[in-house]
Amino acid sequence: MMLINKPPDIKSSEITPESVYRQRRLFMKSVAAGVAMLASPSLLAIPNYPKPGDRHYPGPEWLQQMIRQGSNERVFATDEPMTPYVDVTGHNNFYEFGIGKRDPLEHAQEFRTDPWKVEISGEVSKPGQYTLEDILKPHTLEERIYRLRCVEAWSMVIPWIGFPLGDLLKRFEPTGNAHYVEFVTLHDPEQMPGQRSSFSTIRWPYVEGLRMDEAMHPLTIMAVGVYGDALPPQNGAPLRLVVPWKYGFKSIKSIVAIRFHEQMPDTSWNLAAPNEYGFYANVNPQVNHPRWSQATERRLPSPFFNPNRIDTQLFNGYAEEVASLYQGMDLRQWF
Amino acid sequence: MVLSILSGQRWFGYLRWWLVFAGCLLPLGWMIWSAVNNRLGADPAQELVLLLGLWAMRFLWMTLAVTPLRQLLGWGWLQRFRRMLGLYALFYALLHLLAFLTFILGWRADLILVELSKRYYIVAGLAALILLIPLGITSTQGFQRRLKKNWIRLHRLSYLAAVLVLVHYLMQIRASYAEHLFYGMLLLLLLGYRVVKWQKKKNSKISATNG
Ligand code: HEM
Repeated sequence: MMLINKPPDIKSSEITPESVYRQRRLFMKSVAAGVAMLASPSLLAIPNYPKPGDRHYPGPEWLQQMIRQGSNERVFATDEPMTPYVDVTGHNNFYEFGIGKRDPLEHAQEFRTDPWKVEISGEVSKPGQYTLEDILKPHTLEERIYRLRCVEAWSMVIPWIGFPLGDLLKRFEPTGNAHYVEFVTLHDPEQMPGQRSSFSTIRWPYVEGLRMDEAMHPLTIMAVGVYGDALPPQNGAPLRLVVPWKYGFKSIKSIVAIRFHEQMPDTSWNLAAPNEYGFYANVNPQVNHPRWSQATERRLPSPFFNPNRIDTQLFNGYAEEVASLYQGMDLRQWF
Repeated sequence: MVLSILSGQRWFGYLRWWLVFAGCLLPLGWMIWSAVNNRLGADPAQELVLLLGLWAMRFLWMTLAVTPLRQLLGWGWLQRFRRMLGLYALFYALLHLLAFLTFILGWRADLILVELSKRYYIVAGLAALILLIPLGITSTQGFQRRLKKNWIRLHRLSYLAAVLVLVHYLMQIRASYAEHLFYGMLLLLLLGYRVVKWQKKKNSKISATNG
């Protein structure tokens, strides 16, 4: 599948009729103020995001149908305006496809996402190779509108389509020794130019991990779609993690393996620069990265003369839901 | 006859000067064009900061390349452009700072204070810029004449500024260091050339006194 290369200067007002756009803003305003909320069923039918227009990624036919259904099941939302589709799919840190923010969009379009297999191993009763169809079959997809906070101090609001990771992990029956889950991105230098570079600071494949209780938390999801469509390759197709209260690099893309461990697994950025990136990487305005102050963030799009700077919230605004996971932990030490 | 050739050369000299002058503005023109036409991606503010920084560094490296190129290749005409290139380095660096303060920090005093003091890579960039400013001011022929030998000594600070810029740049390495290695090697060559020359001069002085 090829993306039609439209010049990137489409305004979101061109993608969506202005009236729909305004309606959407109204809807957003009408949603009770607050960090996050469970939307009532009557609101779920409103297709209140700008449609991608012709710049979208359909993905395989069978997945498309599941995603269509899923986009009508909005179970989690925020009152903030969503980041336009062109920005969500044109500004990605996916170093397997290059180091520039536009590189993934430009270099990932030929990426093969179907067929796709995921290896399950480690401390589980049902290890094995599962196809993406096997993985998704028993789950009902749903939409979650989450904030995404990058460690580089920019952020977005993104409508993901996915399902709770916990529901998936339970199916493999983790043993009592499974205290951590490790995720691995595809290693395929032929398709991923970034993995061919001799000057990379990251050891491929990219690996990430969660503590078991973080992985089982209802906010943690596996995403297969965005904005009512399949995930485009640059956003981590066909299967990616989304952990909304952690910095974006924890939300690993294009997953080919899930491993259950007794010990804390290595994670890529922690290996590359242990003093800068911790295992937990919870969004925390009090704990600064050596290069980026984390107290505030620029919410994209960020116009030139109005940088759209907002205060960063503890756990990216999901403290009410997740703070209990870290009770008694020194968040400065476990950054 | 002779006169007309001379004035022809002069005319060519002017033309070349203006061409180089305008050429150095092309990166800026291209950035503005891209910004206005929405070609800088989803975070154009950040992109502009990066591009302006990159060009400031490139102009500084070009300035430092004038002397080696002139001496090695005999390109005497390059000398005329050294000041211009240096001033362009300062110009792009100032725009880089201005873009950062305006587009990224929105002139919020609390943020500016933290960024300019706590982020070590920014402290290095700031130190480089602070060094470049007096060099820019004293780059005129008037100062050159007035300061004589001291002018050369003063302007050797550009080496220190370049090293600070490189530190500023190297501290930003994330997933790849390919470009950082490239610009680092270039600066190593440019400064290495001076060290070698200086060593040779010292040696010849020693042998001269021995002889
Ligand atoms: C007060 C002075 C300065 C400030 C506040 C500053 C700030 C910054 C910032 C915020 C970035 C982007 C970092 C990031 O987001 O990754 C950057 C990048 C950069 N700056 Fe500066 N800078 C300063 C001086 C300079 C000077 C004097 C030069 C060169 C002459 C320079 C060259 C660069 C370069 C080459 C980059 C990287 C561009 C790239 O990655 O493509 N900076 N600077």
